[in-house]
Amino acid sequence: MPALLGPFGIWIVCAIVLAVMPVIFSSPVSVTIMNQMGISIVFALSYNMMLGQGGMLSFGHAVYFGLGGFFSVHVMNYIEVDGWPIPLPFLPFIGGLFGLAFAIIIGSFSTRRAGTVFAMISLGVGELIAACSIIFVVFFGGEEGVSGDRTMGPPVFGTEFLKEIEVYYLTAVIVFVAAALMYLFSLTPAGRMANAVRDNPERAEFVGYSQRQVRFMSFCASGFFAGIAGGLFAINYEILTEENLNLTTSGWVLLMAYIGGIGFFIGPIVGAVLLTLLQTVLSNHTELWLLYVGLLFVLTVMYVPSGLTGLMMMHGPAMKAGRLGQLAKPYMIAGIPLLVALAGGVAVLEMLNHYNNAPVGDNVAHFFWMAVDTHNPANWAVALAVTAIGAYTTYRATPQVREAWAEANDFSEKGGDR
Amino acid sequence: MELVVFSLLNGLVTGLLLFMLSSGLTLIFSMMGVLNFAHASFYMLGAYFAYTISGYMGFWVGLIFAPILVGVVGALIQRYGLRYVHRWGHVAELVFTFGLAFLIEEVVQFFWGKATKDYHEPELLDFPLFTLFGQSFPAYKAFMIFISIGIFIALLMMLTRTRVGLIIQAAITHPNTVANLGHNVPLVFMGVFGVGSALAGLAGVIAGPALGTFPGMAFVLGSIVFVVIVVGGLGSLAGAFVASLLIGWLQTFAIALDYSMTDLLDLLGVSFSDDHVLRDLWSLSLPQVAPILPYLLLILILIFRPTGLMGKRET
Amino acid sequence: MGIIKKVRTLTATALLAASFTGASFAADNIRIAFIDPLSGPFATTGESGYRTFEYAAQTLVNDKGGVLGGRMFEIVPMDNKISPKESLIQLKRAISEGIHYIVQGNSSGVANALTDAINKHNRRNPDQRIIFLNYSAVDPALTNEKCNFWHFRFDANADIKMDALTDVIAEDQDIKKVYIIGQDYSFGKAVAAAAVKFIGAKRPDIEIVGNELHPIGKVKDFTPYATKIKSSGADAVITGNWGADMVGLGKAIVEAGVDAPIFTYYGAHDGITATFADKGVDVIRVVHEGTFNPPSAEFKAFNEGFKKVNPDKDLNQPRIIGTIQMLAKAMEAAGTDDPVAVATALEGMDFTNIYGRKVHMRASDHQIIQDVNITVHTDKNIEVDADNSGYGLLTEKTVKEAGKDLPTSCEMKRPS
Repeated sequence: MPALLGPFGIWIVCAIVLAVMPVIFSSPVSVTIMNQMGISIVFALSYNMMLGQGGMLSFGHAVYFGLGGFFSVHVMNYIEVDGWPIPLPFLPFIGGLFGLAFAIIIGSFSTRRAGTVFAMISLGVGELIAACSIIFVVFFGGEEGVSGDRTMGPPVFGTEFLKEIEVYYLTAVIVFVAAALMYLFSLTPAGRMANAVRDNPERAEFVGYSQRQVRFMSFCASGFFAGIAGGLFAINYEILTEENLNLTTSGWVLLMAYIGGIGFFIGPIVGAVLLTLLQTVLSNHTELWLLYVGLLFVLTVMYVPSGLTGLMMMHGPAMKAGRLGQLAKPYMIAGIPLLVALAGGVAVLEMLNHYNNAPVGDNVAHFFWMAVDTHNPANWAVALAVTAIGAYTTYRATPQVREAWAEANDFSEKGGDR
Repeated sequence: MELVVFSLLNGLVTGLLLFMLSSGLTLIFSMMGVLNFAHASFYMLGAYFAYTISGYMGFWVGLIFAPILVGVVGALIQRYGLRYVHRWGHVAELVFTFGLAFLIEEVVQFFWGKATKDYHEPELLDFPLFTLFGQSFPAYKAFMIFISIGIFIALLMMLTRTRVGLIIQAAITHPNTVANLGHNVPLVFMGVFGVGSALAGLAGVIAGPALGTFPGMAFVLGSIVFVVIVVGGLGSLAGAFVASLLIGWLQTFAIALDYSMTDLLDLLGVSFSDDHVLRDLWSLSLPQVAPILPYLLLILILIFRPTGLMGKRET
Repeated sequence: MGIIKKVRTLTATALLAASFTGASFAADNIRIAFIDPLSGPFATTGESGYRTFEYAAQTLVNDKGGVLGGRMFEIVPMDNKISPKESLIQLKRAISEGIHYIVQGNSSGVANALTDAINKHNRRNPDQRIIFLNYSAVDPALTNEKCNFWHFRFDANADIKMDALTDVIAEDQDIKKVYIIGQDYSFGKAVAAAAVKFIGAKRPDIEIVGNELHPIGKVKDFTPYATKIKSSGADAVITGNWGADMVGLGKAIVEAGVDAPIFTYYGAHDGITATFADKGVDVIRVVHEGTFNPPSAEFKAFNEGFKKVNPDKDLNQPRIIGTIQMLAKAMEAAGTDDPVAVATALEGMDFTNIYGRKVHMRASDHQIIQDVNITVHTDKNIEVDADNSGYGLLTEKTVKEAGKDLPTSCEMKRPS
């Protein structure tokens, strides 16, 4: 279907999806969650400009996001108090400029090397700025942060952004434009050279590119877009606090990019959407959600280093060859028991947690739309048995999957493109 | 005077504790090239294991068995986790240990809950060792110093005087040659990782009662340990020792000395009004910034001397 | 697979039971969103707060026939992970579900974000207003420059607590030197500023030998601070620390051999009391509105009931009881659950709390005025202990109607 619309097909489809989403999910909370997704998407994409495209692992990317946001909210206050004539849609751009400015300063020394040195410097800078945010109250507002009011600027097309839905469309447009720009950046020589430096810095130097300058370019661009995400945050929440630039936020963006898949442009988008959902929706259903996120992350790093997107993309060659059908049956045979095993495992964890923590007299744990008496040994036996049987059946079915996979991807010596 | 004496002692305790963590971490790094983000998590596991064991069998049993248990966990993680992830490259390894740190914290909360645990020092050591200028020094702190120095000596002996130590030293620099000589390098790796984790676990066992046993204890210490090994020079045990003490004393003395930017500015004859935009900067005091000084040091070291104080190679 | 069937039957029965007993009222339950951390490092406090709300709503309102002729209170837990951002998302969720009452308490940062967002929301959506019942966030700004009509505070704020605390210090002529130490953020600074102000006013002869801020949650070892405190010769220590920072500081001070009372805001419960155990006896003091020992008969009974259901949890934020009772009373007085009417009824309300003491919701700034106690950590005469440790807080002094005369800078804008 996208193929019919030419090279811009996928972008047109995305634009339509963005436009239609709030019609389908119209409650205020889903609009808020979608806004949060948009912010996370820009943030995670900007992170991946460094990690995925440039091979730089950062533990302090929230610095540029947070600083961009803090400057945006200060500008927002100048709009309100001093009547600066800046329409709201330009605010993320201002945030981006400040993100860029700080990226230039910090990147000037941190991009000298890649690898562990870069990671360590980013960690040190992240710790420093996070600590400063509590000490310098005038700018960062201390613990309560800095708040503003987005509705005080000059109206844009007659709207003052009073309603969440108006903010959604503003966010959607900016997310779309930012994503497109980041995609274009990856196509420019600078973006291409970033890949080259990531894969083999020495050869890149031989070709005549300073690896340091290439890294610096990616780093600055990344800081710029992180600042845009920060500006979007300022518009959506009208408040910036210490948490926006601390290490936890830096860690989250790494999780998003990695789980989504750092080797693909859309990887971070997938990761951002998924993790935002986990954070906002799963956390309403279980207090163990962080444990699940941790497990998901570690398992992804171990077994699917190309992320969820990579998992999907792996099927590209087989799909092109029209052999996807061959995989369906073994996937069912292994996948269904796997799901059963996962469900059983989750049930065991939830029951254990409930057993340990629930009020006395409340013997019934609720999960999966079920109610289970955790004080009944029989239920424990069932949960454990389901897990074990599921795991064992999956284990027995894996050779079949492997075989089918090899067969579907056997292009007699030609092989798929990696 | 008393402030100086006690700051020296306190700094020594902190420094030696840091060394117990950083010694294992730096060995692991120099062999495998992996900065283990989860190293401080093993420290936390040590404290929690010891807490549980001591509830049944007393502190001393915990002191022996908790580190062993942590070592086994560490070795298993190396064998079945890290070695597997190694094939995906360097960044993946770093990210893996990062995820592990995240996961271990959640697992600890799952099993032990979120509240602070009342893990106490043994009654045998619960008395003031001596009182100087009216200020007492707990016997338990002395015990911590004693254990840490013991570990340092044992480690030094093992690395320089034993066959295993020689193999380890060789494996650090020339893993392939060592493998060609017929040694099982992966096994050495696993052993070193296990011992490193056990050391971290031991640090947790003895630090738990003194510094508190709670789910955030790894996070509080985690990145400081990196600072230590980077500042000391990656792969250098002596460097780690020096840097540990340096950072221990840096932090304690920064807290002890009540200097602030205002004092500095007074010396220069400059003053600012209380509602100046940068007033927070002018009123900054040394104790206030004490805990972030190590990070400043880290950045400066990485920029100006990437080999660290005693390291021979760049990171 | 008979057990699966059994589970299913169980679910079905539960659903059926719900449809018979609850469903007929469910539609007009009065839903109260509880926005506090239920996961992450601060979940312990959040969880005990939630359990207290549940238990208080059940026993004090629902079991007595509900409000407004049989409508039940329903507490809807919403996990904010102590993050302002997540709190605002949960606020949106509460709005989506048509909830008009928000309760929150942990972290003044979150409270500031919420009160600001609720104020904006109520201005932008006058047909769907929301009331914010703050049961624990003590930043004075919330009832001063940041006050608004929709926010009500049921805890004594940091200034009031310090006012009460310094009353007690001022009476003790043995105290000549005071050391103030706190976490380096707005609350720690507010505590320090209030301490300096009140001590200066009440006992100008007391020397403040130290006024120290340390980074929050980053200090591994508090011994260096304890050394400083010891060598300053302080007769009393004041701190607003909480959580691990409280435990670390308290232990280090005791171990350094400092023989001075430590006046704290949050030096009890959540494992802190159990950790101090015998070391904290007669040293740790807590200033708060709770009157645990000796307890009133009513409070003792309530606590016993709570403990029966939650043996591992403490009733560590007893002001929650008053929050629920006063909200119910305001609804009865207003005769409706309309937020504006309820808020108007809450303003200026007089009430007798579970300890049998008078409290008053000051109309000018929506700050509750109640008795504040200085309690001491001990194991003697403890009827209601903390952390099931046998140690607890014994009331030493009570300051009646604490903070009644403290001025407020609040300029309340009421909806016309």
